[in-house]
Amino acid sequence: MVNVKRFFFDRYGLTESGLSRYLEAALSEGGDYADLYFEHTTTSSILLDESLVKSATEGISMGCGIRVLAGEQTGYGYTDDLAPERILKAARIAARIASGPAHVSSVGLSTIANTHDFYPVASPATERELSEKLELVWRADRAARAHDSRIKQVRVTFGDQIRHVLIAGSDGRVVTDFQPLTRLGVFTIAQDGSKLQSGTSGGGGRVGLEFFQGEHSPEHFAGEAARQAIVQLEALEAPAGEMEVVLGPGWPGILLHEAVGHGLEADFNRKGISAFSGRIGQRVASELCTVVDDGTIPGRRGSLNVDDEGEPTQKTVLIENGILRGYLEDKLSAGILKTTRTGNGRRESYEHIPMPRMTNTYMLAGTDDPADILRSVKRGLYAVSFGGGQVDITNGKFVFSASEAYMIEDGKVAAPVKGATLIGDGPTVLTRVTAVGNDLKLDPGIGTCGKDGQSVPVGVGIPTIKVSRLTVGGTSLGRLQSFQ
Amino acid sequence: MIALEQIAGDLAERANAAGATAADVIVREADEFSTTLRMGKIENLKEAASKALGLRVLLGIRSASSFSSDFSEQSLGRLVERTVAMAKVTSEDPASGLPEQSQLGCYAGDLELFSSDVESLSTADRIQLARRAEEAALGADPRIQNSEGAGFEASQGTVAYANSLGFAGSYRSSYCGLSVSPIAQQDGGMQRDYWYSVARRAAGLETPEAVGRKAAQRALRKLGARKVSTCQVPVVFDPETARSLLGHIFEAVRGDAIYRSASFLTGKLHQKIANENVTILDDGLRSGGFGSRPFDGEGIASSITQVIEKGALQNYLLNCYTARKLGLQTTGNASRGIAGPPGVGPKNFYMPAGPSSPEEILHSVVNGFYVTELIGFGVNTVTGDYSRGAAGMWIDRGELAYPVEEVTIAGNLAEMLNHIEVVGSDLEFRSVLAAPTLLITGLTVAGT
Repeated sequence: MVNVKRFFFDRYGLTESGLSRYLEAALSEGGDYADLYFEHTTTSSILLDESLVKSATEGISMGCGIRVLAGEQTGYGYTDDLAPERILKAARIAARIASGPAHVSSVGLSTIANTHDFYPVASPATERELSEKLELVWRADRAARAHDSRIKQVRVTFGDQIRHVLIAGSDGRVVTDFQPLTRLGVFTIAQDGSKLQSGTSGGGGRVGLEFFQGEHSPEHFAGEAARQAIVQLEALEAPAGEMEVVLGPGWPGILLHEAVGHGLEADFNRKGISAFSGRIGQRVASELCTVVDDGTIPGRRGSLNVDDEGEPTQKTVLIENGILRGYLEDKLSAGILKTTRTGNGRRESYEHIPMPRMTNTYMLAGTDDPADILRSVKRGLYAVSFGGGQVDITNGKFVFSASEAYMIEDGKVAAPVKGATLIGDGPTVLTRVTAVGNDLKLDPGIGTCGKDGQSVPVGVGIPTIKVSRLTVGGTSLGRLQSFQ
Repeated sequence: MIALEQIAGDLAERANAAGATAADVIVREADEFSTTLRMGKIENLKEAASKALGLRVLLGIRSASSFSSDFSEQSLGRLVERTVAMAKVTSEDPASGLPEQSQLGCYAGDLELFSSDVESLSTADRIQLARRAEEAALGADPRIQNSEGAGFEASQGTVAYANSLGFAGSYRSSYCGLSVSPIAQQDGGMQRDYWYSVARRAAGLETPEAVGRKAAQRALRKLGARKVSTCQVPVVFDPETARSLLGHIFEAVRGDAIYRSASFLTGKLHQKIANENVTILDDGLRSGGFGSRPFDGEGIASSITQVIEKGALQNYLLNCYTARKLGLQTTGNASRGIAGPPGVGPKNFYMPAGPSSPEEILHSVVNGFYVTELIGFGVNTVTGDYSRGAAGMWIDRGELAYPVEEVTIAGNLAEMLNHIEVVGSDLEFRSVLAAPTLLITGLTVAGT
């Protein structure tokens, strides 16, 4: 195990008494609680494009963010220079959110060991030789080009990072974590005559280089990206209007992230501005649906041993057999709502204030055979891969964009259709889930979620499901003319 | 300022001494402030200063880059060493390299990118601006009783760039922004919208009352929104949503998309690609512009580039790398973050105002959709296929009739460019992208 505390203490001269002093300074104007978030992140990335290694980049970003809570208010300062006087200055800036005499005069600290290690990576990618990572991107490049002679462009990226984190709170808790993160991405362009189409794929997680073999091999992801582009060459106009939609397993779980996940983040709910506000205990989905957020799945991109406020992550049931059970909580919201923290307080970096965020959000498997689900559809859309999505948490309207989809005709998967955005209403879409497959799958590990300008790595997952009615945003008005 | 140029120049020189054949360095220093208030109470108050640098080294036609926020002697020494070592394992790429000496330059005039009135605004004044904006929104109508909050943010900073050809330059800029997001409620339904004002000078901001009232109007008009039947109708984009179209067009004319054939505009230079009433400029010299700068991320003096002129594609937007790939000249569009090699970014990329007022445009539509909000990412630059979630107002016989939500609009950007039938007169610069109200035909609206 990496000793993260030693890392900061030895390299940057931090001491226990120093940490106490910074916390005391942060509380000097009467704040209720303060924490320090020390971060040191080493990042490395490679770009292979046109079969040339066009760029290799590495860098270090480090600093300390200091937060002071006073009632429902947050003061925040940060510094990228860990000299004691700079940290003290940031602490005094954060302190100003309160105004009054200090009611904490001294902070004693004790280090709390993490109870789990969900990403025990013996040799993180960031510490490996560049040549090993180059081998992975070259393999992807070769495999994508070998897939089909119509593949004209291949771009492969490999990115990895190690984040050392030390969090010290004025409640006396010092928590550390060592967070590796790795991601391989493949982008292809296929050309047939004047027709051009693209495909993307990739995978990763809180894993080392040994992850990239078998079903996670560069050849697998490259083959997927190439296959997608080739399939799209034959795609017809996507249909427009409401219809039955079957979502394939894995990535389409982005539905849950947009339709319910964001709306269940506690900050929106304590303010009463989410379409789910005040609806705990009510039915928000068909009884086939149980949705959880789970930060404890080993090696997953969205997993964490502790959240960015030092709280252990957990598996939180959001919707149980269709009934809304709980929200995703950070320290501030749990305090105001008088609920318990769920380990969902996250932030992009030391420059950012933590807030409730998802980790890995997925729906539990049901009992239906996916083939039966498809057979049960007379006419509809079968969407198997998605790009991004977005939601308006107040009116609940959400979108997610299919990048690979097919028509379903008389229970059979028919012609591929062009990418299209699907739009629905978060609080009601899951009430229209009429079948849930037994094939739960998590996404391949390349998702990033943005909220209030902060990006964090997340995961999603879902079994094959059928939604009885969803609006598909294609261009084709003809109900049946798009496939003959 | 000179100190940062010195740091950049010294580091480039140091890279050369360590074996690089050429190098360039970008240094950024910034002060950041933000506050949010909700229901009259401060929620967040944040303030910090930061700095970071990025280094690119070349070994002949191989290159690598690195970044750090640690400016210590020891750290910079290690950075140079590791970057030079990394460059040894990248590929030989004939298009890589710094600009030619003769291309380097800096616009000499004052672009009014910096104003000291941002920095001199006190914390109390900044909080008060956000408070007034939220009060104006909450006071606008009894159906507004809640708010997601109001915010004020300010920053000022310096960017310095130097390379081993002897170029060194720097410039200061400032920025401030005010925004508010009220919640309107009626009959159990809830709608949120927002409005904002941004400027390089504090004196350039709209009044908080104007921002608050506009935000309230936007949220109120969404109340009672419904879906419409799937149909093909004329779509009017307001300036906010029209601006997002400019973003997609920028993605399609950037040099890196062109040389990879990853744009539907590949191979279309000097061809007619849009309706005759469409002109797009990329202007690096607009006074106080959010995309203005004296030189780009490679030390090329800023200029104005004609991108589309009366429907004809006149220029792609290029940095030195993409220009060499395409056998063209750079247009001074090198964008430079801290990490990685230069990319391609817009200057002030905009469509000049046309002849018709937004009211005239709306009145001209018998049955159509006025789009004020777009969500999601359903745009494919390779094919031009376009499909996004939309909300706005239905237009019935030239009047805004009722609010619409939970629909999509879809088409293809190549066709949309040819079907921009009317360009509005209401151009405003609120970011690096800007467009007036636009009327586009041929789009499919999907609803029930």
